[in-house]
Amino acid sequence: MRPLPDSRPRLAPGCRLNERSSPTRMLLMPERVLRLNGPSLDIIERCDGQHTVQQIIADLQAVYSKADPPRVESDILEYLGQLQEQRALDFE
Amino acid sequence: MNTSGSSRSSELWISSDDVTIASIPTPLALVAELTHRCPLHCVYCSNPTELVRREKELPTEVWARVLKEAAELGVLQVDFTGGEPLARPDLGGLIRSARTAGLYASLITSGLPLDESRLEELADAGLDHVQLSFQGAREESSIEFAGLKAQAHKKLVAEWVKQRRIALTLNFVIHRENVDQLDEMLALTEAIGPSRVEFAHVQYYGWAFVNLARLLPTREQLDRSLEILKSAEERLRGRIRVEYVVPDYYAKFPKPCMGGWGRKVLLITPAGDVLPCHAANILPGMTFENVRDRPLRQIWEESDAFQRFRGEDWMPEPCRGCDRRAQDFGGCRCQAYLLAKDMTVTDPVCSLSPHRGLVNAILEEVNAGSSKGVTPKVDWVYRPSPARS
Repeated sequence: MRPLPDSRPRLAPGCRLNERSSPTRMLLMPERVLRLNGPSLDIIERCDGQHTVQQIIADLQAVYSKADPPRVESDILEYLGQLQEQRALDFE
Repeated sequence: MNTSGSSRSSELWISSDDVTIASIPTPLALVAELTHRCPLHCVYCSNPTELVRREKELPTEVWARVLKEAAELGVLQVDFTGGEPLARPDLGGLIRSARTAGLYASLITSGLPLDESRLEELADAGLDHVQLSFQGAREESSIEFAGLKAQAHKKLVAEWVKQRRIALTLNFVIHRENVDQLDEMLALTEAIGPSRVEFAHVQYYGWAFVNLARLLPTREQLDRSLEILKSAEERLRGRIRVEYVVPDYYAKFPKPCMGGWGRKVLLITPAGDVLPCHAANILPGMTFENVRDRPLRQIWEESDAFQRFRGEDWMPEPCRGCDRRAQDFGGCRCQAYLLAKDMTVTDPVCSLSPHRGLVNAILEEVNAGSSKGVTPKVDWVYRPSPARS
């Protein structure tokens, strides 16, 4: 499952990040919890229905400027696809 | 290597480890059985055959304290269930307490007592997820298996839930007498369009154990159902998450019941007893401590009941020397007791168990009857409402 570059992902109903102040950031969803590291949190924070997939990729290529840009792009696409399969994201 | 604040390492680029409720060692989920009262009388109800009366139910303020204690203990999600949790007028307040404590709040319901204004109240309180149970794809199913007409109202409830952007799971409980409706259930699911659907083969405890002779599917039915579900999972990928639970009598190895005794999940009964699972109060000689008497952390960490089957020291052969012991934790204690009358033995569904013959005998009976075209006709035993004093 590969999201379209100009679609705008946002968290699906009943999927939300836990409190910003928590020591471990997590994505909470029905019967499941994903513990997030830096990049996965950076991605999910941008799944707000405003950013397009393309913008998320450009943003994170800038943030992770030491990483190989095509690798960043393919990893983000793959991760967004996984989240969609788990029904954590809707694409608008 | 990390050299500056804005350019980070590409190593471990993305790793979100998928902590399903079944795989980490602090308690992740609290099952809060608010009441045993229920308008339905399901023949496979997971409530104990001894129901808690209304007068014995925990009051609002004790539940509010317990929810806070659960979050402090590490619990991330609370499932408000019953009985029918909507029978508690303070449900909205309890959802609010859960959210204030930082918990993810799910409601497990038949949807029957729910109208739109009540749902609005629960949504305002912060309800994250509704799991709506179905007895089948047809109206006759809810009448036969739950003793009540329900289907049309459930569809309405599903619509209201979706409109409020609350996560919706449909839950179909499946067994011998409705498993052949699986295609219709899937069609109904697609028409409703939840984000998730569970097809849960009945597990044989409580009322389901009483009605086992009519509920257990034949091997042929089970195989066919798995075929249908696997292809549905594939077809609906990205739209509806399809999950299913199989009846472990047909399995080769036992399920890691509740992710292991006292490892992931705790359950609090309407009266406040803290249990490692839905059925543990059938186990002889075990006493369960009550949240009215002790903080939840102490009960979880220290009580005899939770310590009894933690770890591996209690394990008998063949579990003790088995490579799978850290995967299935010896299986289910309640099943060992129900089938072998001994809660300390290996789960009899395990093909390595010396008691596997007990399960085989049940399977033979179920499958022999069906191949001759005879379904054993025993009457359903319906669970009652809790007695009033």
